[in-house]
Amino acid sequence: MEKEKLVKIRDLSVSYQTRIGTVSAVDHVSFDIYKGEILGLVGESGCGKSTFGKALLRMIDPPGEISSGEIIFNGENIMEYDYDRLRDFRGRRASMIFQDPMTSLNPVQRVDEHLIETIQVHEPRTKQNLALQRSKVMIERLGIGMERLLSYPHQLSGGMRQRVMTGIGLILNADLIIADEATTSLDVIVEAKLADQLREIRNDFGVSLLLITHNIALVAEMADRIAVMYAGHLVEIGDIYKVFEKPKHPYTQGLLASVPNIRFDTKEQLYKMPGEPPNLTHPPLGCRFHPRCPHALPICSQREPSLLEIEAGWSVQCWLYQKQSNEERSD
Amino acid sequence: MSGMDDRKTNEDFILELQNIKKYFPIQKTLLDQIFVGRIDYVRAVDDISINVRRGEAFGLAGESGSGKTTIGRLSIGLEELTEGKVIFNGTDLASLKKEELRKLRQKMQVIFQDPMASLNPRMTLGTSVMQGLLIHYPEKADQHRDMVVSIFEKVGLTPANFYINKYPHQISGGQRQRVVIARALITRPDLVLADEPVAMADVSVRALLLDLMVQLKKEFNLTYLFITHDLATAKYICDRIGILYLGKLAEVATVQEVYQKPMHPYTKALLAAVPVPNPRKRRTEPMPEGEIPNPINPPSGCRFHPRCPLASEECSMIEPKLEELEPGHFVACHHAQLG
Repeated sequence: MEKEKLVKIRDLSVSYQTRIGTVSAVDHVSFDIYKGEILGLVGESGCGKSTFGKALLRMIDPPGEISSGEIIFNGENIMEYDYDRLRDFRGRRASMIFQDPMTSLNPVQRVDEHLIETIQVHEPRTKQNLALQRSKVMIERLGIGMERLLSYPHQLSGGMRQRVMTGIGLILNADLIIADEATTSLDVIVEAKLADQLREIRNDFGVSLLLITHNIALVAEMADRIAVMYAGHLVEIGDIYKVFEKPKHPYTQGLLASVPNIRFDTKEQLYKMPGEPPNLTHPPLGCRFHPRCPHALPICSQREPSLLEIEAGWSVQCWLYQKQSNEERSD
Repeated sequence: MSGMDDRKTNEDFILELQNIKKYFPIQKTLLDQIFVGRIDYVRAVDDISINVRRGEAFGLAGESGSGKTTIGRLSIGLEELTEGKVIFNGTDLASLKKEELRKLRQKMQVIFQDPMASLNPRMTLGTSVMQGLLIHYPEKADQHRDMVVSIFEKVGLTPANFYINKYPHQISGGQRQRVVIARALITRPDLVLADEPVAMADVSVRALLLDLMVQLKKEFNLTYLFITHDLATAKYICDRIGILYLGKLAEVATVQEVYQKPMHPYTKALLAAVPVPNPRKRRTEPMPEGEIPNPINPPSGCRFHPRCPLASEECSMIEPKLEELEPGHFVACHHAQLG
């Protein structure tokens, strides 16, 4: 089952110049996003997952910059795009849903105006009534209810606002939707409904969804694959079932074991990971996780492991799995 | 009114909430008040009775607007009751003068969600934690520093002398919440109101904080009133839990009872909505229709009836009482047995 690749990210780095030095928020990250998949990108605060999401749309503002790498979107390197092409790319081919819809929506614009504006900015020749027609179809599709078309953002509930955001992301038939903590501020029942809706949208429109979140249980609920970031590094990526069943990277192992589970048939003790994520101005040498790692080897504090495919479609950045192949190589 | 207050009276309750209500008036302009002449109220807490046993961790869970935070604030006298009684250690809070209530507060402390907002950015951590001692134990001034050092060690901020002189921005979020916990415990409270204390912490830090709270509860003989929207987290700390919907209690029982044998349709929906960290156990249950109604004009009868799959005519007319359907398991639903 060879899947078609939508985005190829190669060696992507984002760094911020600060008074106390250079912070490498995303450090040489490479992976692919397949067409029509839901990829969950998880990690804790400051691991670089949001920065990574923004970098995919080249939305890094100074003092930050994309310091290396390529983003190949449908065969084109968007790092080479000029301003106009980039502007057209954002929204039309890849769009983003943010955590807080209240700050993302314009408070003095109605729902219909948001959608029509989105269409007309990218397709200026679209007639008003045609744009309205398309907006109505989208509104209906997202279960927002026609009576909401003339509402202002403050008149909508949080869940409804997030649906409007989703509609804006979808109305130009983007191939990739990046949802950055899109369900985080919602109540569980509303979150569950939005999750259902995003899954339906994927099934109906065939879009790829990059779900950036700290909510690991939500990724288990929705995603096809999971990518785990730690301190700016991609430490593990693989099939959702396989990774949850037998995570390879010690960080993934610890992370999954520390997620609270509402079911009583599971272990009653949460794993208590020692320490806290490092400060990225002075990340630990070698593997960035080694100071907190229960399996750290001498080499872990000296040299950085590379992301190695240990099984088809399953890659891990950890010396535990590289030792063997390295020894083979040196023989 | 509720089934909970005719329980055996020989139990040792640290906190008794008796039919408490809190209605917030909606601010209107003067013209509105003159010409419309009517003030609307948000019924944040509407006739709730809970008895919290000494030494237990009682959880209050519900979605936004369920009234969980308001109940917490009412419980320690931070908010004035519209109706009802709050009895702490046998004393009716309403009978106390302001100064007496202030004195009693050393026995009831609070931990809020955001430690950065809870700590004064211009005070060192040691000074922040010492405030409680300055107010409640001014006579022991010579011992204050030692007490602060000892509490820092208890919450895992070691070496204490290193942290005491730091400012909030110099430490991590997890450590800040430890400082807030230390500040709450330094006056030796009996009751700690914890309002979403770990909601802002990352998963790997959250497990440590929860564990710390469990340890400290044993060591200091604390009672927790634990307020959360996160049912999965509540499982690891609470003994009993109350599920709230629009200012009303839907269900109360031990955590195990509620999670394994939920009887209220709302509790069932809420539990089903919580994602499970196991892709092989994805949710199949449909979610309830619609959204949480406006608490200004809550639905008649049972407040959940417009969204309830079991709703009958009775539900839209008669408000169900909280009844003990199984020993220690209270449910407010006309059809609890059905489902």
